[in-house]
Amino acid sequence: MVSPAVILLFLWMIVPLGMTLYFSFLRYNLLMPGMETWAGFDNYYYFVNQPAFWSALTNTLLLVGGVLCITTVGGIALALLLDQPFKGQGIVRVMVIAPFFVMPTVSALVWKNMFMNPVNGMFAHIAKALGMQPYDFLSQAPLASIILIVAWSWLPFATLILLTALQSLDREQMEAAEMDGASWFNRFIHLVLPHLTRSITVVILIQTIFLLSVFAEILVTTNGGPGTASTNLPFLVYAQSLLNYDVGGGSAGGIIAVILANIVAIFLMRMIGRNLES
Amino acid sequence: MARKTSPTRQAVVTIAAWTIGFLIFFPILWIIILSFKSEGDAIRTPLQVLMSDWTLQSYHDVQERSNYARHFWNSVIISLGSTALALVIAIPAAWSMAFVPGRRTKDLLMWMLSTKMMPAVGVLVPLYLLFRDFRLLDTHIGLIGVLTMVNLPIVIWMLYTYFKEIPGEILEAARVDGASLRHEIIHVLTPMAIPGIASTLLLNIILAWNEAFWTLQLTTSKAAPLTQFIASYSSPEGLFYAKLSAASTMAIAPILILGWFSQKQLVRGLTFGAVK
Amino acid sequence: MQMNIRALMGASALAMFAGAGLAETTITVATVNNGDMIRMQKLMPAFNEAHPDIKVEWVTLEENILRQRVTTDIATKGGQFDVLTIGTYEAPIWGKQGWLMSLNDLPAEYDVDDLLPAIRGGLTVDDQLIAAPFYGESSMVMYRTDLMEQAGLEMPEAPTWEFIREAAEKMTDKGNEVYGICLRGKAGWGENMAFLTAMSNSFGASWFDMDWKPQFDQQPWKDTLNFYLDLMNNYGPPGASSNGFNENLSLFQQGKCGMWIDATVAASFVTNPAESTVADKVGFALAPDNGLGKRGNWLWAWNLAIPASSTKADAAKTFVAWATSKEYLALVAENEGWANVPPGTRQSLYDNPEYQKVPFAKMTLDLINSADPTHPAVHDVPYIGVQFVAIPEFQGLGTAVGQMFSAALAGSTTADQALSQAQALVTNEMTRSGYIK
Repeated sequence: MVSPAVILLFLWMIVPLGMTLYFSFLRYNLLMPGMETWAGFDNYYYFVNQPAFWSALTNTLLLVGGVLCITTVGGIALALLLDQPFKGQGIVRVMVIAPFFVMPTVSALVWKNMFMNPVNGMFAHIAKALGMQPYDFLSQAPLASIILIVAWSWLPFATLILLTALQSLDREQMEAAEMDGASWFNRFIHLVLPHLTRSITVVILIQTIFLLSVFAEILVTTNGGPGTASTNLPFLVYAQSLLNYDVGGGSAGGIIAVILANIVAIFLMRMIGRNLES
Repeated sequence: MARKTSPTRQAVVTIAAWTIGFLIFFPILWIIILSFKSEGDAIRTPLQVLMSDWTLQSYHDVQERSNYARHFWNSVIISLGSTALALVIAIPAAWSMAFVPGRRTKDLLMWMLSTKMMPAVGVLVPLYLLFRDFRLLDTHIGLIGVLTMVNLPIVIWMLYTYFKEIPGEILEAARVDGASLRHEIIHVLTPMAIPGIASTLLLNIILAWNEAFWTLQLTTSKAAPLTQFIASYSSPEGLFYAKLSAASTMAIAPILILGWFSQKQLVRGLTFGAVK
Repeated sequence: MQMNIRALMGASALAMFAGAGLAETTITVATVNNGDMIRMQKLMPAFNEAHPDIKVEWVTLEENILRQRVTTDIATKGGQFDVLTIGTYEAPIWGKQGWLMSLNDLPAEYDVDDLLPAIRGGLTVDDQLIAAPFYGESSMVMYRTDLMEQAGLEMPEAPTWEFIREAAEKMTDKGNEVYGICLRGKAGWGENMAFLTAMSNSFGASWFDMDWKPQFDQQPWKDTLNFYLDLMNNYGPPGASSNGFNENLSLFQQGKCGMWIDATVAASFVTNPAESTVADKVGFALAPDNGLGKRGNWLWAWNLAIPASSTKADAAKTFVAWATSKEYLALVAENEGWANVPPGTRQSLYDNPEYQKVPFAKMTLDLINSADPTHPAVHDVPYIGVQFVAIPEFQGLGTAVGQMFSAALAGSTTADQALSQAQALVTNEMTRSGYIK
């Protein structure tokens, strides 16, 4: 029964991947078809040895790490808050969940133009009203701005999962601990957090998968710049294959990204997958 | 079971929750507001924006320039089609992984998930060539196929974690009764799995609706969904905030409304069996 | 009897009409979301009336996405588009590949000799016209006449860079959000590098020498970049490193720029009272120079081309001929006024007394005619192209170098670092591609 899905996925993986692997050994410029020559490992050599490669690697990790931090910590805090009884819970929940439904291109366009634009953006208007110089987010702190935009999209997801988990917490146990005089902090550390471990794991796992391939947000806002300050690995592959039309180099980059993704997958499986067993 | 809370505390919580909820929602609210303003007013200070006149002009302009209805239907067809296809493939796979796990099941799952981490751009040219040869460019079928494959790992994994929560004894009981395998799936498992399937379905519709790489690369006009509709408003010459806002509102409204109406359903399965 | 014949004729006419309806051809046109193209989409009823048998499907995309989609499709022979909107950079490269259909057989009334020679030359490969120009542009200085007066200066018709610096300094009033000069800073070969490459020509710089050796380590490029950074850091708007054409246009329209050096097509936007708050206070001048014999103006056109593999060549040609014809210019003039006519492609437009009343008409023509893609730099270079280098590798190189210069503008690297990085990168790529032996 497993087989149809596995075979399909395998074909999906293997056919384009096989072609990509083949292209990665060719000198293949999209604008000069019919000129392909065997390039050996040249493409790999050039891809890894460009200065942008290492900064792209760092940026990818910073982006994933940054968004994970904001969404897990923010998600836990928000879930704890929304778990309290208050008026209009349903409406607040609807508002909090909304960003998750917004397409990445739209959210990037909106943040870039309507909020972060240093002349017409909301933040600039606020800064001017307060008598401050508008801050130019996307050129002064490009990566941090992108982290903010992506975190905004993913915070609802983390909040929702953690909130659901929190609602299944044993209330009597909590109340008993409260009676015993355990402080709020102690209750959080010893009761709430262990209860949430598995959900946090899920949040991290799922988000990592999506965050490693963040692309649209960068394309729309900074185009990877200034310099390579906000270029991550998928964007570097894009720049190589579709801006430079160097399909060979781009394919080599793609293969490298696949290898790195599998390393991350193994890492996730070892470190986090264990949590899911319990 | 109601918890005891002092009125002050409740007031503080209410205010905090509403403030944070409003801030998170604000960007969406703001584009909806801007979409009803004229281009000239849309770039003024927030207060001036709120005070200025309301107009439907941007919606008229967008309507005049683009065929929204067609993009909308293409989005519907593609997201529903790929979701249906993904479920048809994933349900049997996830079922057997959950109930007849092999030694390598976990590795297989992780490998599937890792396919999602591959940057899509890396395989664009090969896939474009394949699509050209199979005449799949700018077709619903082609795009449904691609989006199915893109989301399949997540779908299988969600269903797997959900199915695993179903106690095996019930199935044993059904088997002792002499129920056939097919019967087992249709009459015993499926009803129990409906909530999980429903939320998987919803999540997949959202992911497919919002997918912005393949939908843009592999379509031109006949099958082009809303992501392409947005791409024609993204940075034109001249003032564009109001038109961009109107187009954005039109692109996200359907899925936002669907999401809001079905949020309970969505949340139930989103926990990935993480809640015991 | 009489009646019957009439009825019969009517019926056969109807049948013919229905027959024409059945033979309807649908062509897919890929285009960029610029104002002139959007205007054309609005005027489509006129085309449909003249050619009821051709149905046009528009695919309107933002410039970068359009370029990438169209290039992928034509290079892989995907056959998704029947008419492509391409720039002067792509046209000769694609023409040489044999990807574009010759337009030499357009009807006589198209009057191909009416096309401006500078524009037409860039679209001709081996004596074949491979694309029809939809609009052409050069670049010029647009300035605020009121602010210039306030500053006590008078803009010469042909300013020098030094005058621009002085004027920018005097016009800047950051407290009131007036910035002396707005220039492109957003990274991209068609964004900041279009401006900087054209500017560098007037400083005596070039991308390559006759041996294809990159020239970023030479003094002229240092002068260009330092002058640009000095202007922008002191008198430019905040966030200039993410400003492209559109961002600057909207800044200028809101009255936040004293001067703006950019595409001549912008003239019709900044003087349009419906969009611009400063419509009646805009003056124009030639792009600046340094007395070295070259001005910092570029030459660009958006053109319509038909892929060689198109199966609907006749319908596509009919459309291209219509969209770039004299009649189309008249149609736009009739509906939207002469200032909104797509400029820079036909001599007859500039001979038209009505069009000569448009304030920026003559200057645009002079600038287009003065740009020389075959001799862009002060000294000899092995390439064609004013603000680009017409080789397939340039797009990638230009964007990568653009990133470095954009980083220098944002302040994350220095001018010297950016130049030496650019030199290293371009040398590396040119060696790899076999230009440098």
